[in-house]
Amino acid sequence: MAKLLAVTIVIIAALSAVPIVRHTWEPPTDVSKNGPAIDHQIDETMTEAGICFLAGQVVLAFMIWTAAGRGREHKIGWLPGGALGMVILAFLIVGTEVIVLGAVSSKVWAQAYFARLGAGAIPVEVQAEQFAFYFRYPGPDGIFGPIHPDLINDATENFYGLDPRDQASADDIVTAEMAIPVNREIQLIMHSRDLGHSFYVPALRIQQDFVPGLDLSVHFTADKIGRYEIVCTQLCGLGHYNMKAYLDVMSEPDYDAWLKKEAALQ
Amino acid sequence: MHDTHAHATEHHGPPRTFIRKYIFSTDHKVIGKQYLGLGLFAVFVGMGLSWLMRLHLGWGNLAIPGMAWLSPNGAPGGVLTPEYYLQLMTMHGTIMVFFVLTVAPFAAFGNFFLPIQVGAEDMPFPHINMMSFWVAFVAFCILFSSFFFSDGPALSGWTAYAPLSTVGAIAGPGQGLGQVLWLSSIAVFCVSQLLGGLNFIPTTLDLRAKGMTFSRMPLTVWAWFITSTMALTAFAVLMPACILAILDHVAGTSFFVPSNLVVSGQLIPHSGGSTLLWQHLFWFFGHPEVYIAIVPSMGIVSQILITFMRRPLLSYKVVIGCMVSIGFLSYMVYGHHMFVSGMNPVSSIIFSFPTLIITIPATILVLIWLGSLYKSRLRITTPSLFALGFISMFITGGVTGFFLAQPPIDIMLHATYFVVGHFHFVMALAAIFGILGGTYFWFPKMFGRMMDERLGKLHFWLTFVGAYCIFMPFHYLGLAGNVRRYQAFVDDYTVHLLPIHRFSTVAALFTGAVQLIFLYNLIHSRFWGEKATDNPWESTTLEWSTSSPPPYDNFGGRHPIVYHDPYQLGIQSVSGADYIMQDSPEEVRPEPTETH
Repeated sequence: MAKLLAVTIVIIAALSAVPIVRHTWEPPTDVSKNGPAIDHQIDETMTEAGICFLAGQVVLAFMIWTAAGRGREHKIGWLPGGALGMVILAFLIVGTEVIVLGAVSSKVWAQAYFARLGAGAIPVEVQAEQFAFYFRYPGPDGIFGPIHPDLINDATENFYGLDPRDQASADDIVTAEMAIPVNREIQLIMHSRDLGHSFYVPALRIQQDFVPGLDLSVHFTADKIGRYEIVCTQLCGLGHYNMKAYLDVMSEPDYDAWLKKEAALQ
Repeated sequence: MHDTHAHATEHHGPPRTFIRKYIFSTDHKVIGKQYLGLGLFAVFVGMGLSWLMRLHLGWGNLAIPGMAWLSPNGAPGGVLTPEYYLQLMTMHGTIMVFFVLTVAPFAAFGNFFLPIQVGAEDMPFPHINMMSFWVAFVAFCILFSSFFFSDGPALSGWTAYAPLSTVGAIAGPGQGLGQVLWLSSIAVFCVSQLLGGLNFIPTTLDLRAKGMTFSRMPLTVWAWFITSTMALTAFAVLMPACILAILDHVAGTSFFVPSNLVVSGQLIPHSGGSTLLWQHLFWFFGHPEVYIAIVPSMGIVSQILITFMRRPLLSYKVVIGCMVSIGFLSYMVYGHHMFVSGMNPVSSIIFSFPTLIITIPATILVLIWLGSLYKSRLRITTPSLFALGFISMFITGGVTGFFLAQPPIDIMLHATYFVVGHFHFVMALAAIFGILGGTYFWFPKMFGRMMDERLGKLHFWLTFVGAYCIFMPFHYLGLAGNVRRYQAFVDDYTVHLLPIHRFSTVAALFTGAVQLIFLYNLIHSRFWGEKATDNPWESTTLEWSTSSPPPYDNFGGRHPIVYHDPYQLGIQSVSGADYIMQDSPEEVRPEPTETH
């Protein structure tokens, strides 16, 4: 039975690795500037963790195979190096991984979060609410009008609570879909109207929670034209699974035309 | 260290009435069994909920037989509504984490065996111990009762993130009374575990038998001792957090609700609170809780392996050092749950390193277990199979931690099925394998009868393979970006992943059904199992030197004196056996060992 267990463990480990090695199920293709570094870090970690996983299971199987059924006629053996050897091995293997993965991942994280916002970045505000995203563009004046929560009225489509008498609000463009020009840095200002939500665009390798009461800002650049899904990953109620929107990455002229069209609809 | 006869028997004599003997008992063994019973009931409830969830995820429009009758509002026509799915999910997570993974390996086995293993007659505060169980029972009843109120249990998940969990019924079904009941239940549960910890610590420090020095305590005692110190600090933070959240519901406070929120079209009359504060308080508890669930199983698995390898581990002190390090580091890593929460991004890097570093003591533990198997005399029994299964699960769950410890990778994998796969392997499955191994191992001592080995082994095989089939695919789903806590997968990029969900569902139904073999074995063996000898596994620690089951005062008036380290196996005893009990005065004569 021990040998069967050893074989089973090895088979399970090998089968588990097959979809990873064959890349059977992959996330949407990356279309962002920061994405390649994140993907690379996932691949590196997969290699290192994968080796640890397979080695761990195979060694376990080997030990079970060789140890089971040894009666008292067999002397108990002590692994060369003993516990100190195991401690040194763990520090060498995992310690090295900790330093390498920790250092590189900190760098990748810094690229995503600590890089300064470029001068020509386009500001877009996203508001999350149960169970929808709305997007706001500041209009020709470049200023987002102030939000008045008491003016929010879904029936009149005043999703943001904008005061139409306010000059800064008058030219704001509110849309249900997000459009951005390709290869232009976007400053995304994140505002929650009600509860905790999240802004997850797998194709952009972006995930950031909305914090009610606190407006956050992230920035990114999309480098491929296309239509991508924005989904919520922070449990926000019964319609959470269906809280989604689309991001259209378009050419600069298409974006300008889209903005004009949306401005006319306000 | 004290002589035990100065203690427990003076607190209380043997009970005479049924109620004092079996219901409101102050005997730590009865309380341990009561906790085990609660954990057993809870695990089958939690598993039943997971069946419903998995069926719904695999076949969203399926009318589940009986559900229309069980919950006409939650499952009209037998099909789960989106909110009912989330309510079942919340209850599944809460029941499993609190009432199974905390209760069974820590409160149940710890209660029964900690005093016996240190040679005590009982815990120092038996009435507090009794109260601990009944408070936990009340907590479970409060939680379970939320099924029977009009809009059902809370739907905010076992993490109950604010402000979804604090703004009240306006946020959705179950978020009013259901959420208050959830918060109350968890606050009450915290009290029970604090009371439990108050007994575990002095039992270990003050009630050890003569000769039971710290360096002679079994690894299980160390594991429960470390866990109880963690429980004291972790639950002491969660309890006030829950009380503050309840006040947000019922007293108009705004601890976790900021200003100017407009929920369901209404401006909420709260101001000034912080939603991230809840996350900090919750995860300051939540991450140590992961180790509260797993450290006892580390001790149990070590104990089982030693017994069935017929040898001590490569190092007793290194194992203790690893468990202490893990317990200590567990308080420095909690922020890895919050990398994308809006917390300062610098904090993410600060939390990332201890999270990576905690894999070092965990790896040392695994290597010690593996290295100790080397040229041992491994006996394949049901407990040893589950202990070996634990190692496999722990390795699998451990390596995926490398991904989630890194903030930039978390950008992709946070809140996906990858996380669900990770914590089910490293916390749930590993701990459950520890619990099952412990149950098969100690059942003879607890109930005086052996469990059926044939059925036990069948149970292991089907559970081991089944568990991998359920949870390994979760990693593939997560890598593909499949978000967790969805009741249906409507996103274009996830639609093609449905067959994986269906595979997991079939595996979950199968593996869940297999647990009926365990239940049958448990009940049948309890009444009709072969009578157990005092030491059926030829183990060495003190619980095996008393009768099966132990008498009321644990050692029948005898006061054990400890002469040896806990694991004198692989040696030559006078009787010809390969082990010497801890309380045997016989001199240890080592067998000659192989040299390399």
